[in-house]
Amino acid sequence: MSDQDITFTIDGVEITAKPGQTIMEAADEAGIYIPRLCDHEGLRHQGGCRVCTVKANGRSVAACTQPAAAGIAVENENTHVNKMRRDLVEMLFHEGNHLCPICEASGNCELQAMAYRLEMVDPTRFPYLEPCRAVDASHPDIALDTNRCISCGRCIRASKDVDGKGVFGYVGRGIHRRVAVNGEDLAHTDADAADHAMSDEVCPVGCIIRKRVGFVTPIGEREFDKGLIGYEIEGKRRG
Amino acid sequence: MAEPRKARIATTSLAGCFGCHMAILDIDERLIELMKLVEIDRSPLTDIKRFTQRCDIGIIEGGCCNEENVHVLRDFRRNCDVLIAIGQCAIMGGLPVMRNAIMHSDAPLRECLEEAYITGRYIRNTTHDIPNDPALPLLLDEVYPCSEVVEIDYQIPGCAPTGDVIYETLTSLLAGKFHGFDRMHIKFD
Amino acid sequence: MSTAAQSGDPAGPTVSVPSIPEEQIVAICETYANDRHRMLDILREVQDRFRWISPKVMETVARQTGLSRIEVEGVASFYSFLSQTPKGRVTIRLCDDIVDRFAGLAEVAGIFEQELGIGMGETSGDGAFSLEYTPCIGLCDQAPAAMVNDVVVTSLTPERARQWAQALKAGTPPEEIVSERFSELTPHARATEQVENNIRHAGAVLLGPVPDSAGLKKALDMAPAQIIDTIEASGLRGCGGAGFTTGRKWRFAASEPAEKRYVLCNADEGEPGTFKDRVLLTERPHLLVEGMTIAARAVGAREGIIYLRGEYVYLRELIEEVLADRRARGLLGANILGIDGFDFDLRVQMGAGAYICGEEGALISSCEGLPGEPKTRPPFPVNRGYLGFPTVVNNVETFCHAARILDRGAQWFFDMGEEGSHGTKLFSVSGDCLNPGIYELPYGLEVRELLEMVGGEDAAAVQVGGPSGTMIARDSFHRRLTFDDLATGGAVIVFSGERNVLEIVEYYMSFFVHESCGYCTPCRVGNVFLQKAIGKFRKGLANPEDIDYLKDLSGTIIETSRCGLGMTSPNPILTTLENFPLVYSAMVKPSKDRIRATFDIQSAIEGARKLAKRRSYIYDRDFSK
Repeated sequence: MSDQDITFTIDGVEITAKPGQTIMEAADEAGIYIPRLCDHEGLRHQGGCRVCTVKANGRSVAACTQPAAAGIAVENENTHVNKMRRDLVEMLFHEGNHLCPICEASGNCELQAMAYRLEMVDPTRFPYLEPCRAVDASHPDIALDTNRCISCGRCIRASKDVDGKGVFGYVGRGIHRRVAVNGEDLAHTDADAADHAMSDEVCPVGCIIRKRVGFVTPIGEREFDKGLIGYEIEGKRRG
Repeated sequence: MAEPRKARIATTSLAGCFGCHMAILDIDERLIELMKLVEIDRSPLTDIKRFTQRCDIGIIEGGCCNEENVHVLRDFRRNCDVLIAIGQCAIMGGLPVMRNAIMHSDAPLRECLEEAYITGRYIRNTTHDIPNDPALPLLLDEVYPCSEVVEIDYQIPGCAPTGDVIYETLTSLLAGKFHGFDRMHIKFD
Repeated sequence: MSTAAQSGDPAGPTVSVPSIPEEQIVAICETYANDRHRMLDILREVQDRFRWISPKVMETVARQTGLSRIEVEGVASFYSFLSQTPKGRVTIRLCDDIVDRFAGLAEVAGIFEQELGIGMGETSGDGAFSLEYTPCIGLCDQAPAAMVNDVVVTSLTPERARQWAQALKAGTPPEEIVSERFSELTPHARATEQVENNIRHAGAVLLGPVPDSAGLKKALDMAPAQIIDTIEASGLRGCGGAGFTTGRKWRFAASEPAEKRYVLCNADEGEPGTFKDRVLLTERPHLLVEGMTIAARAVGAREGIIYLRGEYVYLRELIEEVLADRRARGLLGANILGIDGFDFDLRVQMGAGAYICGEEGALISSCEGLPGEPKTRPPFPVNRGYLGFPTVVNNVETFCHAARILDRGAQWFFDMGEEGSHGTKLFSVSGDCLNPGIYELPYGLEVRELLEMVGGEDAAAVQVGGPSGTMIARDSFHRRLTFDDLATGGAVIVFSGERNVLEIVEYYMSFFVHESCGYCTPCRVGNVFLQKAIGKFRKGLANPEDIDYLKDLSGTIIETSRCGLGMTSPNPILTTLENFPLVYSAMVKPSKDRIRATFDIQSAIEGARKLAKRRSYIYDRDFSK
């Protein structure tokens, strides 16, 4: 711990943060998992999904973009905060077409895993918006089903900042805002299956699908069959 | 002292694939234990077609895609104290609900049926007709999760839920000790 | 209001349009030095000249500005006034605010549809006309109103609508329909020819007599820190709605170390029912620029921007003329009033139909040529704003007040109004009252007093602060117009007992759905759910527990949204649930035997009955028919 480090608490546990770190970055290092969907290691923070909402001194903030500050009391795991997060995850489920039983991403899907973690099991009160967008299967190695897109923008940032390409971008406004490709369709972009943006870690759901590798890992043996989402970060603490 | 009466259970499959009923059978040898606690009234498992008496628990597989589903579901609600929606179809419409997303045109139902029976790319329908036998129940304008038609008390997610989860949930409910699922056992697939 | 259900790609061109010569697009980009930060200007100009932003145009603009096509498309698809399908040579945008609806919009719309032979949302086959709805254009005091290309038409009656439609069909340019002598009129006369000011009560600060540049001259005798002290001592708070202390904002920007600073004026008056800035921009444009110049002096800015909402494009030349005049008189530009090194100049940035750009971060994004999305805070604009430099963003009225405070002194302003809410405020009053218009009054009036003044004593409900404010019922008319009680950016909308509160609420929710930027989940999706839930109430298809559902969902949206839009968008619901509870409870349908009465089997099978040409064995008594 250097002189400039600051300390604050998350659910009563004292945490150290380096100057400029966000609440989430400091929490990750300390082995405290704050749920998130649009945030991903190695990508710029976006603060769009709001699933990482925490209370900092009683005020709601997005942990992924909010700088840690000395002495703040952060509430992460409590009934109220998790209820709001569950609402947000459920909104994303209902905004798109998330039919887990037929989705190749099932079991590796962070949205689904977040629903498990937040116990989204009660009868829903939200309506389903049921979008009907054409699947873009033009590319030889990659297909896009934007009906499953949760607008996290991870592919946009990965393509632009990591791959240096800019294959994806947001278009539209409000409920019509969605991820689109830089061209007529994906085949008319410089997308490549080897891009970081196309890797299975970037798209948290089953929107970016790599062809010919579907169901290589059977249902039941996938990422979140190993543990609740966040187990790796939480494991740091126990370890 | 009289033995406490067994809990009466009814089950049905609406717009589902019977996979959830198969999953109930997946309880395997523990069915013997379960049957010490319950008796099964109206159900495809017993082939009893009408309620013989009021039931404690009704288990619903599948959502509502036609008028008969609605009729049966309402009948279950009237005749059961507790309704459990089991599986993704009952909970959120499941696979049949895919038709809702393609039904934003002016004549959605017709387009859907035409694609399914006449115009679809892989259709081999020698009669070139859409089935319309008077015995066929009328389709609903869209597929509805059970909770939109009646009040649902519990949901067991999964496609299908495992026999373990069904067994655990039923036995803990019967014992009055159900406090939610182990998060590692919640699955939507 | 459409939702995700209809969110497919926009239909391709259906009308014949001339091809767009690439060199002209290149030329437009070069006018703006191929600067990506001027993207909105570039695209607006393409839209004005060629009536759409084609995929080809986006590629050309991307190449010229060093962006990718998808980045250009992100901007082009964000703003309502930019179109990715060809629009007519004349686009008629009918203001679809609830006040316009209550003032006979449907009839007026019907006349335009009939005369032009196209429906709302359509473009005529010959490419002559487009007809569409647009949210509040700031003319609620003379509704129904419309934009016809860059001019506005007010107080539309069916007769007036027919005259306009017929004149347009005869090929008369919209300007000439406003006045045959339009080209000879001054910009000010052109504006007032189109729009009444409707100043009903002039107060001491803004709408009374205002001496020329008196505040600026006094400011030049003061050190920047003294100017800020004066503003802070006056108690002036932001007049756009949020009410942040102006002096503090200026102090923060001034104290942030930086090589450049900016002063931005928020003239994106978009809150439905608000039109006070329209009147200030028409009648006090010099005072506004004077206030901005003083702010520039105070914080050390050399450049500024007036962000003018696209709906107020008819005021653009008026403002440009004022800027030119002030430059000519040495009140703007280099060495202002002969003070060596006091340089300040500004440009007008036109918006293009996006309410969210009234949020200061979104306004900055828009000025930077980006989609109008709010920025992550912190950093705050006073620390890192426009192009990353410390930026002061204030409302039109705030700058005008600042100029007057410098002239008359902090105490003079402080003594008006009351504790916490000093000075006067412009109220824009519309709806069911005899005298809609602008009232400049000291803070602290009771709603009842204002209603007496405007001839709205019969009001059953008053919407204070627009949809993101509060709707109150008769029993709350004693409440006061102050920051601490009923805060408002100026809108006061009066509704008589004949109005359906749920209809108003549903409209306001559809407004927020239309105007959400979509960046964050709760606002993008949650507002759609709220709108749908209100729709269920209106149809009598809500469950009793849906009342709790509305509160619950509203709570999540408010607590988790990223900016002020989502933090206030549930207000129409929450304030009416509180003040008009019976409106909701009267509409719910309880379940019977736990069977949902809100599921209507008859309508659910109606389509299948027709398709199968038979009746239901289960749900029709006489199924043989």
